[in-house]
Amino acid sequence: MVNRLSGSPLFKRLASSVSRGFSTSTKQASGEVSGATRNAVLATVATGGLAAWYVNLYGNPIKAVTLAEHGLHPAEYPWSHNGWLDTFDHSSLRRGFLVYKEVCAACHSLNLVAWRTLVGVTHTSDEVRAMAEEFEYDDEPNDEGEIEKRPGKLSDYIPAPYANEQAARAANQGALPPDLSLIIKARHGGCDYVFSLLTGYPDEPPAGATVAPGLNYNPYFPGGGIAMGRVLFDGLVEYEDGTPATTSQMAKDVTTFLNWAAEPEHDVRKKTGLKVLIITGTLWAISLWVKRFKWSPIKTRRIVYKPPKL
Amino acid sequence: MAISTVIYNTFFRRNSIFVGTVLFGAFAFEIGFDSTIDKFWDARNSGKQWKDIKYKYVEKDDEE
Ligand code: HEC
Repeated sequence: MVNRLSGSPLFKRLASSVSRGFSTSTKQASGEVSGATRNAVLATVATGGLAAWYVNLYGNPIKAVTLAEHGLHPAEYPWSHNGWLDTFDHSSLRRGFLVYKEVCAACHSLNLVAWRTLVGVTHTSDEVRAMAEEFEYDDEPNDEGEIEKRPGKLSDYIPAPYANEQAARAANQGALPPDLSLIIKARHGGCDYVFSLLTGYPDEPPAGATVAPGLNYNPYFPGGGIAMGRVLFDGLVEYEDGTPATTSQMAKDVTTFLNWAAEPEHDVRKKTGLKVLIITGTLWAISLWVKRFKWSPIKTRRIVYKPPKL
Repeated sequence: MAISTVIYNTFFRRNSIFVGTVLFGAFAFEIGFDSTIDKFWDARNSGKQWKDIKYKYVEKDDEE
């Protein structure tokens, strides 16, 4: 507490105003401390004391949550799209989609992603068409009003594994596998969290940690007990580009892919942001210059008083 | 004639030319600016964007 306070700008300002008060009083030590100075010092000390008391009392509320219940903080990983000017690594997106399709899609939907959005991002349009055609979708009602099935088209959305929430819960011991479309935005830590979660299953829970039956121990999941078991194991999928499919490689790829699903505008946004910063930065500099230019006669003028000759 | 006078006489004297210059200037600037940024962007992110890896998958389609 004291440490945090002493580093804060408020404290520095307080300290300097207090010492200024003191230095004034030492200067006047020969005479006597003026009433105003003494009042200022007293008021400052009182204010500082009150503030410290208030921070002590309310600044650090006691939480009825242990660190384990809060979930372990994920490490920060150097994602290749972290920087302001970095796009997604699209080879990784393509591999990540494969992992989603072959592993996660068994339980998790991706309701906000349409097949067509993959075109020109991870796959060619022919490839995406072929993948969509593997699934059946409801067609328009025919003349009798019956709904027939038709193969998927680019404009269809990626199909969900379960018809509804109840079916999803029934198949997962009551737990609902959340839709993954926005999961990266929906969790603190984003990519770092999801990657840590996927790779964070120890072989057995540490001594002293207990999980409810049916749950799996994962320190990154708040509470430590998660209904999803470990799903990624070395060599689970085979990447067409020859990348070794280790657990962490698959976790990294699928996380990058889910980041794209949550932020498909990512690459364009960063590029546009760069342009906007350059243009507005230039306009800002010009406007500063114009302001100084226009004001220079006023800033440099001198008003001279010529006393009238008597 | 001073260069500023030449510029003034060619671009600023007639309003129609002036407005035309502004519009054309914006147009030309945008083309240059965008292509410069594109070049920088593609160099910085080379190998990562779809256009860098597309050839691998398009060629495969042709073979089939
Ligand atoms: C066997 C079914 C199954 C598979 C396969 C599966 N999950 Fe899950 N997943 C679940 C269930 C069930 C939950 C809900 C866990 C809970 O709430 O305790 C879940 C939850 C999650 C969560 C949310 C955790 C949170 O913070 O709430 C993420 C993220 C996630 N899964 C990612 C994935 C990814 C990525 C894959 C593919 C590599 C995957 N899952 C594969 C069943 C599965």
